[in-house]
Amino acid sequence: MTLALICLVLMMAGLTAYAVLGGADFGAGLWDLTAGGDEGGGRLRGMVQRSMSPVWEANHVWLIFVIVVLWTAFPVAFGSVFSTLYVPLFLAVGGIIFRGTAFALRGQAATINEARALGATFASTSLLVPFFLGAALGGIASGRVPVGNATGDPWSSWLNPTSLTVGFLAVVTGAHLAAVYLAGDSVRAELPDMERAFRARALTSGVVAGVAAIGALPILASDAPDLFSGLDHGLGLASVVASGLCGAATLALVVASRFALARATSAAAVVAVVIGWAAAQKPDLLPGALTLEQAAAGDTVLAGLLGGLTVGALILIPSLVYLYRLVLRGTLDQAYEPMDQRFVPTPRDDSDGEDA
Amino acid sequence: MAIVPIGDVVLAAVDPVRGALGQTDQEHLLPARELQALSFIVHIPIVCFGIAFPAMFLFVEGLWLRTGNPVYKALAKRWSKIALVLFAVGVVTGTILSFEFGLLWPNFTATFGDVFGLAFALEGISFFVEAIFIAIYVYGWDRLPRRTHFLVGIPVVIAGLTGSLTVLTVNGWMNNPRGFDLVNGKVVNPQPFTALFGGNVWHELVHMYLAGYMVVGFLVAGYYGRRWLKGRRDHYTRTAMIVGLTFAALAAPVQVVVGDWAARTVAEKQPVKLASFEGLGKTTKGAPFHIGGYYSDGEIRAGIAVPKLLSLLAFHDPNATVKGVETVPEADRPPVNVVRTSFMVMVSVGSALMALGLWFLVLWWRRGRLPRSPWFYRALMAAGPLALLALISGWVTTEVGRQPWVVYKYMRTEQAVTDADGLWLAFGVMVVVYAALIAATGWLLRRLASTSAADEIPEHG
Ligand code: HDD
Ligand code: HEM
Ligand code: HEM
Repeated sequence: MTLALICLVLMMAGLTAYAVLGGADFGAGLWDLTAGGDEGGGRLRGMVQRSMSPVWEANHVWLIFVIVVLWTAFPVAFGSVFSTLYVPLFLAVGGIIFRGTAFALRGQAATINEARALGATFASTSLLVPFFLGAALGGIASGRVPVGNATGDPWSSWLNPTSLTVGFLAVVTGAHLAAVYLAGDSVRAELPDMERAFRARALTSGVVAGVAAIGALPILASDAPDLFSGLDHGLGLASVVASGLCGAATLALVVASRFALARATSAAAVVAVVIGWAAAQKPDLLPGALTLEQAAAGDTVLAGLLGGLTVGALILIPSLVYLYRLVLRGTLDQAYEPMDQRFVPTPRDDSDGEDA
Repeated sequence: MAIVPIGDVVLAAVDPVRGALGQTDQEHLLPARELQALSFIVHIPIVCFGIAFPAMFLFVEGLWLRTGNPVYKALAKRWSKIALVLFAVGVVTGTILSFEFGLLWPNFTATFGDVFGLAFALEGISFFVEAIFIAIYVYGWDRLPRRTHFLVGIPVVIAGLTGSLTVLTVNGWMNNPRGFDLVNGKVVNPQPFTALFGGNVWHELVHMYLAGYMVVGFLVAGYYGRRWLKGRRDHYTRTAMIVGLTFAALAAPVQVVVGDWAARTVAEKQPVKLASFEGLGKTTKGAPFHIGGYYSDGEIRAGIAVPKLLSLLAFHDPNATVKGVETVPEADRPPVNVVRTSFMVMVSVGSALMALGLWFLVLWWRRGRLPRSPWFYRALMAAGPLALLALISGWVTTEVGRQPWVVYKYMRTEQAVTDADGLWLAFGVMVVVYAALIAATGWLLRRLASTSAADEIPEHG
């Protein structure tokens, strides 16, 4: 393996982590959006709030990771991608601001109207961000980003069948992942009605995602034949099949309420898609415009980057393990609070009076 | 090097770097600049809280662990919740900045990304650590054992430092570039570690880090000082005010010394920037320093001259020769009045805040009490916003003083900019977005403040 390839693998791993963890956070926004009126929806929203609060910032950092590895290891690709795909990327980053802020603020809302306004912002932007990021990836994968400073078409580079498909898939996959995780969290929180609600959502969204993924194949075949020709044999094909199997397994596990395992298989389905995409695009980083080796920075830089990331990983991996262990054990769990009932005057439960 | 100054004779050469994405049209420079500056003006004050607040609430938590007094716990808890919210805002505004490296300056990143990018990879790790541990800390109150909870806060403090370090290595490198070779206009042989740790990073780091403590310390002290002045003289308010004030007051005098170090480094590495601080047109031996006035046609008008002061400040020698702005052609000079004004603002504020800090420190040291004059508390309420003003002015000094270069003497900012359209539209949108963000954050902080922690303690013990 060349250094460039190792860097690519790391970057794709970061992208996968973002798609799985960050994607689920976006998906939670969809369930928030569609939860229904204050009465019925309040319980779902409370669950979303409770599950996401401790982890969403850490999950978001994966995106930063992908971006900085891209510009360090493959600077020309970075400049070309960002200058051509500036419209979806700008919209995505705008959505990121609104989503993060609205989510952070919603926890402090004191009236139902505030909670509604912030909740609506959080939930609707949760749909936009994965869509635009997915559309940008679709533009890259279908070979619509040439090398140069904004030399690609600012509109057709992301308003095209492949981009729209990938954008849509990003949204539904996130929703599916979110429902699986939230169902698991509901079991831990001992809220059977929430478990049922998210289980049903996990099944529906899983079926939609599966159908959409199959429907995507003919679209790719006609709109991005080069990419598609990488998916019909070898590693590309194997990944597509593996992804489908993992998806089916997830559905079965959800039916059986084995959410811990379903978490793993649903993530594996995303991993397989990313591997398949990489295999199909090989050896290009920007299809038709730039190969991986052409795009790569010099070996000193790549070695420095890998060294830095290795040291970083030694710190980061134990930290992440610690965080997720605390989360999964429930140590950091906040008291579950439906998002509508807070506004009903209740006796304060400040046992020690220090909770400000 | 583009410019080889020999005395005041100037030899100009062609622009040395060819952008990796080709030449740009340059028509988008102004909106890109404004958008970049706007984004920094929002991000940097917020991240001051990421730098300084964790150390403050950990200090207060330490007081709680030692004394068991619930007032300390209530305060530390309250501050850590505020820090978490501001951290979230720092995360989103920081994300915008990283996107802007590509959305606004693709040719800069494409050409030099391999030289400086490593720093941001390390920065990412720092922020990861910060995000993980601040969440554990805040959500872990009353759920983790006390000592563990305290220890979990320490990585947050460290990550604030290393995060700033890595970002500032990039800025230090942009101001004093090295660690690569130019062959026929192409950047080759990048040496990231030389580039990042050999530039102007060290004074920038210390200066920025202290600035974080001054900004947060004075803002906090001013907030509680206002309550103090209104007669809320309980233990909670007093502790909060004194902790903020102590951090800020200790930082303020040191900041002036570090500022002097910064100025001397700039005098050596970026003489034209230094000349802009003062508005020195011609190279002068024993150069004076003007207070007030404005720069026009190579000299300061309507200012009060202090003889030889500039030489003294820049080189610690009243008779040293200071290079003037006119050692480089017009096209290579920064907008002198912008740089000079912001420098003056920073230095005036810095001196005033040092005086305020010393007032407190001396009284505290000698008499063991707080100042009694209401004017002290009124000044304290102004000190936070003033520190913010100094912070922004300092960055304007550094960044505008670097112009017209993005990579000092290697790449012009106009070469770096994107060719994409619609930047004014993007700028307009971002103005609205940032206004909403600031309003929402302000709303949230007021909301947090309205559920008073202090009110609850006496009743419950
Ligand atoms: C609270 C904020 C604050 C205060 C009170 C001061 N500064 Fe400052 N200054 C900054 C905050 C700042 C900064 C954090 O905004 C900058 C921007 C870049 C940097 O490294 O620090 C800066 C930059 C900066 C530079 C340019 C460095 C460069 O371009 O590399 C100089 C020469 C000084 N400062 C000098 C001073 C002096 C002589 C001060 C006191 C009298 C002073 N500063 C007070
Ligand atoms: C003076 C310069 C800067 C300082 C001191 C600084 C410091 C910080 C700190 C302490 C944080 C943690 C968040 C918080 O505390 O609120 C942060 C977040 C961030 N900063 Fe900056 N920053 C600076 C400039 C920049 C620049 C130029 C960029 C971009 C290219 C950037 C990108 C980011 C990003 C992406 C985050 C979010 C990280 C996350 O997701 O957790 N920052 N910054
Ligand atoms: C770590 C890195 C950086 C830090 C901390 C930093 C900080 C700042 C700050 C605070 C400003 C505001 C000055 C003003 O109001 O005009 C500014 C302005 C600016 N920055 Fe940076 N910057 C960094 C990196 C960059 C990069 C990567 C670019 C571009 C490629 C850049 C280009 C600019 C430009 C063009 C301006 C506007 C200057 C003007 O108005 O003339 N900076 N920067």
